[in-house]
Amino acid sequence: MNELLRVEGLRVAPASDPRRLLVNDVSFTLAPGRTTCIVGESGSGKSLTALAVMDLLPPALRRLSGRVLFQGSDLTAYSPAQMQDVRGKRIGMIFQEPMTSLNPVLNVGYQIGESLTAHLGLRGKALKVRVAALLEQMGIPAERATSYPDELSGGQRQRVMIAMSIACDPAMLIADEPTTALDVTVQAQILALLDELRRRMRMGMLFITHDFGVVADIADDVVVMFRGQIVESGPADEVLGQPRHPYTRALLDCVPDAGGEKPLKPIDYAWLNEAAS
Amino acid sequence: MNGDIILGARGLSKAYRQRSGRFGFGSSLVKALDDVSLEIARGTTLAVVGESGSGKSTLARCLLQLQPLDAGQVLFEGVDLAALDGARLRAARRHIQMVFQDPFASLNPRMKVGDIVGEGLLIHGMGDAEERRDRVLRMLRRVGLGAADMQKYPHEFSGGQRQRIGIARALVLEPRLVVCDEPVSALDVSIQAQILLLLKELQQEMGLSYLFISHDLRVVRHIADTVAVMYGGRVVEQGAAERIYLDPQQEYTRNLLNAIHRREH
Repeated sequence: MNELLRVEGLRVAPASDPRRLLVNDVSFTLAPGRTTCIVGESGSGKSLTALAVMDLLPPALRRLSGRVLFQGSDLTAYSPAQMQDVRGKRIGMIFQEPMTSLNPVLNVGYQIGESLTAHLGLRGKALKVRVAALLEQMGIPAERATSYPDELSGGQRQRVMIAMSIACDPAMLIADEPTTALDVTVQAQILALLDELRRRMRMGMLFITHDFGVVADIADDVVVMFRGQIVESGPADEVLGQPRHPYTRALLDCVPDAGGEKPLKPIDYAWLNEAAS
Repeated sequence: MNGDIILGARGLSKAYRQRSGRFGFGSSLVKALDDVSLEIARGTTLAVVGESGSGKSTLARCLLQLQPLDAGQVLFEGVDLAALDGARLRAARRHIQMVFQDPFASLNPRMKVGDIVGEGLLIHGMGDAEERRDRVLRMLRRVGLGAADMQKYPHEFSGGQRQRIGIARALVLEPRLVVCDEPVSALDVSIQAQILLLLKELQQEMGLSYLFISHDLRVVRHIADTVAVMYGGRVVEQGAAERIYLDPQQEYTRNLLNAIHRREH
């Protein structure tokens, strides 16, 4: 079986209003060593899908149905303690805001080391050596282990987050808009780093973004979400080259191109509503 | 100076003392602006492009006299802003407005949208209460919001709508120059396109000149007439947008362009 992750019929809704489906019958797969991008706008349900996979939904939301098969076993049947062991060890995570995800009063070496101690029991000299190696791998000098988050640039903080997420050699990495808050040049560097790590560590990567420009850079497969549902999915070349759904085309059209030949076209939601009905 | 130049800056320099060392006891001098000169022709858009730390936001603040310059001169419609006294500087500021990056942080969460947009009119003593209300409503409608929105608070709006409120707040004063500091960087790509088109339409309708600050050359391509590329507090290259994109002269500009050309599809 050549599947790392299989999500089947995932449904998420507020506990207070179970009929208002925020994630509606979402199914997709991720192969080992490949990248699947979930693309959509704010409110499309793309981040909730990732959170539901990790069993990290906010308390007001419920997973109503669906299976999350990771390396063949259904994570929805796991106990909270078992999930704790999966998160950070077998599945790594990175989020958008490196400044709010890092603890400002602990040095970055300590924060990278935490999961190595928790999951793998590394301590002392062995821990120090492993943390130094991870920092070097991220392109950060090992002596920055004693630096605090505010002493690093935005790009370096995101590199620290990546070091934390892959410290335990996970089989899968979930990255939720990891480059959105960064300068374009730094974005390109971070994407290149993630792509290299994916290849070298043979990780599967589930990458969440609103920007089709990013998708073109890194995706093998694409899942396009709109209002909680998947409107189109498939290999990246096909979805980018011959988008079939009008929403996918609209989302592609509003990406500004550096050539400037393509006019900017915002999404016409009224027209989409008509097309959908 | 040519009468068609709405804003001219010559030899702007600004240095900061930056704290350094673990507890900030040491300090070093950082040149945020190093002999920067530029011009904006009336009715056009100058985009200032650079990465974090290039000095582009310091440039905006110094142009608006929100921060004193160490050296250099800023002429707005031929008048030296630094030479104006308090009252006349305030009067001139009505004609130069700002749109900020973060629509979440730049709107007062305790004020209703109608009051946020109308505050500038009140401060500059423009019109009576009824006229002000009319102008606020017309401006809100123009940016795609409605009368009912005047009574709402910022948290009730999406990021794109909040940026529309920020634009309405700046433009209700009928300024002649608008400084846009990364106005779409915090928004979804789909919302970026809406806001960029709105800014372009308003420029046409109101004859506005823009200083548009951005790190993203993809976005700049769709709005700029001229481009100034900043690096380390200096303008390393400037000229017509077309020329910068098609025939960049500097290594640094080429690197910035390469970062976005990887993104073509």
